[in-house]
Amino acid sequence: MRRRPGPPGEPRKLAYLYILPAVVVFVAFIGVPLVRSATFSLYEWDGLGSGEWVGLANYAAVFTDPDLRGAFVHALVLIVFYAVVPATLGLLLAATMMRARRMPGLGLFRVLIFLPQVVPMVVVAIAWRQIYAPEGPLNGLLRAVGLDGLARPWLGDHTWALPSVGLVGTWVATGLCFVLFLAGMAKIPRELYEAARLDGARPRQEFFAITLPAVRGELAVALTLTVIAALKTFDLVYVMTSGGPGHRTTVPSYEVYRQAFVVGEVGTATALALVLTAIVFVVTVIINRIGGDADRGSRGRGARRRFARRRFARRPGSSPESPAAPAATGATGAAGAAGERPDTEAGSTGRRIG
Amino acid sequence: MPVSRTRTWIRFAATAAAFTLIAACAPGSDDDADDDAGDAGTGSGTDVETDPGNLGDVTLVVWDQEVRGGQSEQIDALNEAFEEEYPNITIERVSRSTDDLRTTLRLALSGDDAPDVVQANNSRTEMGQYVGNDLLTPLDDYAEAYGWFERFPESVRALAMYSDDGEVYGEGQLYGLAQMGEIVGAFYNKSKLDELGIDPPETQEEFEAALETAHEAGELPIQFGNLDPFAGIHEYGFVQNQFADAETISNLGFGRPGSTWLSPENVEATETIVSWVDEGYFTEGFAGLDYDEAWQQFADGEGVFLVAGTWLVADLDEAMGGDVGFMLPPAGASGQRLVTGGISIPFSIPANSENQDAAAAYIDFITSADAMETITETGNLPVVDAAEQDVDGLQAEVFDAWARAGEEDLVVPYLDYATPTFFDTLTAAVQDLLGGERSPEEFLDHLESEYLEHVEDQ
Repeated sequence: MRRRPGPPGEPRKLAYLYILPAVVVFVAFIGVPLVRSATFSLYEWDGLGSGEWVGLANYAAVFTDPDLRGAFVHALVLIVFYAVVPATLGLLLAATMMRARRMPGLGLFRVLIFLPQVVPMVVVAIAWRQIYAPEGPLNGLLRAVGLDGLARPWLGDHTWALPSVGLVGTWVATGLCFVLFLAGMAKIPRELYEAARLDGARPRQEFFAITLPAVRGELAVALTLTVIAALKTFDLVYVMTSGGPGHRTTVPSYEVYRQAFVVGEVGTATALALVLTAIVFVVTVIINRIGGDADRGSRGRGARRRFARRRFARRPGSSPESPAAPAATGATGAAGAAGERPDTEAGSTGRRIG
Repeated sequence: MPVSRTRTWIRFAATAAAFTLIAACAPGSDDDADDDAGDAGTGSGTDVETDPGNLGDVTLVVWDQEVRGGQSEQIDALNEAFEEEYPNITIERVSRSTDDLRTTLRLALSGDDAPDVVQANNSRTEMGQYVGNDLLTPLDDYAEAYGWFERFPESVRALAMYSDDGEVYGEGQLYGLAQMGEIVGAFYNKSKLDELGIDPPETQEEFEAALETAHEAGELPIQFGNLDPFAGIHEYGFVQNQFADAETISNLGFGRPGSTWLSPENVEATETIVSWVDEGYFTEGFAGLDYDEAWQQFADGEGVFLVAGTWLVADLDEAMGGDVGFMLPPAGASGQRLVTGGISIPFSIPANSENQDAAAAYIDFITSADAMETITETGNLPVVDAAEQDVDGLQAEVFDAWARAGEEDLVVPYLDYATPTFFDTLTAAVQDLLGGERSPEEFLDHLESEYLEHVEDQ
């Protein structure tokens, strides 16, 4: 369809009037604070008197001070717990549930898995602080089954404190990933699976050849949300460990708070906050470049084609040299995920494979 | 192409705006005028009005952090009494938790519409910085008019005194008055000590012997939870007080030159606390145990000793009845029963307050002899006149200890007053030390380097 130059009879500049409220809100609540923070980050300032210009020294400190740098390392570890593990678990759980559609109590499981997502983080943190207590339920359980050697003061243990905090993140984020993937998988046409089964695909192959490519869009969304959550972690650390023992669980957001309000180094705090913002921004862009293209670009298709070819290469009757069918599979799956293309086309694609 | 034209325009506008903002506002630059005004106001306070009745109608805005039971109660009672005595003054009380108050106070003090009375923590990071930025009114003129110099001993006043630039702590002008005292000693379970046949230990050797006896008898010697990092400062201070002398600890605590963390006494103290961990004298898993949980377990009869401050008196008394006692840390080489402590968060007057005379009258009122009685009745430890109060049981033991600490000059400051970042440095270092992640030497070197850096800056 050809794009028309604009709505008839209306002056084109009027359009800007429509976005004006949004721009005003954006500038007032994001733009100005951001620029203000950027200014602060160039000064050594205690938040009270007049600041002293230090140029980029605060940024240098962010990358050289072992405590501040440590906070970023911890955030990277948390990404594993907040994003990688939940996405994997969510995929497996959702795929399992899709296969067992008529399992009794399915609704209940869905609610239970999603529940942590509904509870406020502070409540989650307080609850888990109790669970991890030296005489708490977790150690109680370990001792009850004879694993006394494993029982430890989890949050006070220099090695285990960070994984303990991370595990709570896993517990929370899995629900989100699961629900996203479940929604994505519900849109995959059954015919694709039937076709694959006729071709003798095992559950594992079905998962990698059909399910996973189909929820690629959801995977990108899930990873974006959970990675950002990991990088921004504050409440869990604030409530559970206060960054301890001995700075082993400090994270960037907690350091921002600490520098600004406890120590009174507003310059360092803002520099840290801006570096964190930049990292979140870059990571988000990268994830969406990799995952988001599944919906529209041609770049993703090549990868899918190769992937699909490998999976079905040994199938008799299929010609790896004419990749039309597998490529269509990927495209259909992605379209199904995005919900843009009618199912009929997907259906016909499925038949074509068969 | 209209689209790209718009983009260019937006980019240009954004860049222009950014430059304008960066050029226009160095942080804090717009506050300077106010600071000077505040200074001028305080300089003229030589003849202050001490009769609040002559001040006309005043609304006094008071920010406090006394949100807990008995402490909130005494403020309410005193506010009511004050309003009754001076009907022309209306008190507007704003009560926030310590953390909430801290985060909002910075902005409030530097604004034009500052509160009239605030509780400002006497640490360097708070009161020190406020004083350095001329945000608090020095109270010396009022102190003279109201007789606070006679009423409050030097050791108590020093804890809220700063040089004009806020750099030197413990000297200079007075910036706040506190209502309550606090010391960190050892609570002990009376019936358990009886069972073990031990008297409350008075020296370091006796104390260590008591720990050993308790441990051998299958009792938990010291109840301790260090998940909340501040607890470690109290525990370490309690041990250090049994080895180092008052001057060393005070210099280290106030961040004054002339002492060192590497002294043999400090080494001995550090090795001792580590040996207590190794011997199993502390609660198993103390690193993961939270503070409130720890003292509640002590109240339930787990543990012979509990190192904690007088802020727990009301709670422990209620939970344990007559079965709990309080003692100063045992005496070590110095022969003195030194005790970490100080004052509750002092009440100060912001430089930008418009009702400074009324504010001073209020502070005088809530720290008067009558007020000390109210404070006692609500289960707290009054900062002065403790000896004159009529109390019994645990409260009496605590009051005696506080009185003795005052008479014999036994109070040493909290160690985290030393530098603006020392709270964080010390709490993390103690967690590392007790967790075996830092050796005693590494621990002391770490503290020494921050102490030296700070002292050399002065």
